[in-house]
Amino acid sequence: MAEPLHALTALGHAAPKSLAIGPVAISERFDVALASLAIRNGRDGDVAAAAGKAGLPLPDPARFQAGTPFSAFWVAPGMWFVEAAFETHEDIEAALKPIFAGAASITEQTDAWVRFDLGAPDLQPLFERLSNVDFARSPDGFATRTVIEHIGCYLIRHGKGAVTLYGPRSSAASLLHALEVTARSLL
Amino acid sequence: MIIHHPILGPRDSQEFVYLGDASLMNRPDGLTAGIEAFHDYLYNRDNPAGEHRELWYHEQGDRSWLVVTRNTVTHEIVRVELARDVAKAAGRTK
Repeated sequence: MAEPLHALTALGHAAPKSLAIGPVAISERFDVALASLAIRNGRDGDVAAAAGKAGLPLPDPARFQAGTPFSAFWVAPGMWFVEAAFETHEDIEAALKPIFAGAASITEQTDAWVRFDLGAPDLQPLFERLSNVDFARSPDGFATRTVIEHIGCYLIRHGKGAVTLYGPRSSAASLLHALEVTARSLL
Repeated sequence: MIIHHPILGPRDSQEFVYLGDASLMNRPDGLTAGIEAFHDYLYNRDNPAGEHRELWYHEQGDRSWLVVTRNTVTHEIVRVELARDVAKAAGRTK
């Protein structure tokens, strides 16, 4: 019998799903905690100082920056999404709050999103069919919100063959379907 | 149509939602400004053939409000500013 208190993934299974379609590998990620961080009115300096002290990256607009234990990507002026390993930072909000001591609003986001990591020698043919992001001309570390089959997603380009996608958890299966169908159409 | 976002650069207008005349940002105080001013704010819109300042929301992007100055005859976009900066330049603090 399955362990009754085991959390389910966004796709409703006990373990994250991985599949390969031709050269494209799609892996659901279940091991990343996520939180949003927004600067409170007039506290820009305090947030920058606190983040610098804690070694938390606050990248420029449309950028992702990796770090340990926290990585981050920009989502809006004065707002970022912060990632950390789920194993060590399951309660990521509690880990971030003391760092910023009221200068920023932190909201837990882990269970609001589904994360897919995509890998292939070149993902451009896939994304030129899926979204309006100019994938080929985007630099590595590019992070943006975009639409994939009417689903609003965050896309992070780690390299031309490595992408992280965050989509709304309630549309996890629809997003995976869109990725699968498009990857198949490339075969 | 491409909108040159002040922070993110050129973006497809499909990513944006259109709200309307940018004068919507300047709401009179309904209690002190008088009924005429509020009626004008609520119901009356200019419909210029030429430059028009309008509010656009970057819904499928960074969720910022923009003030786009667009020529309604040629559709040329003359200027794009963050609504936040426009409000601050007009002396508003928030």
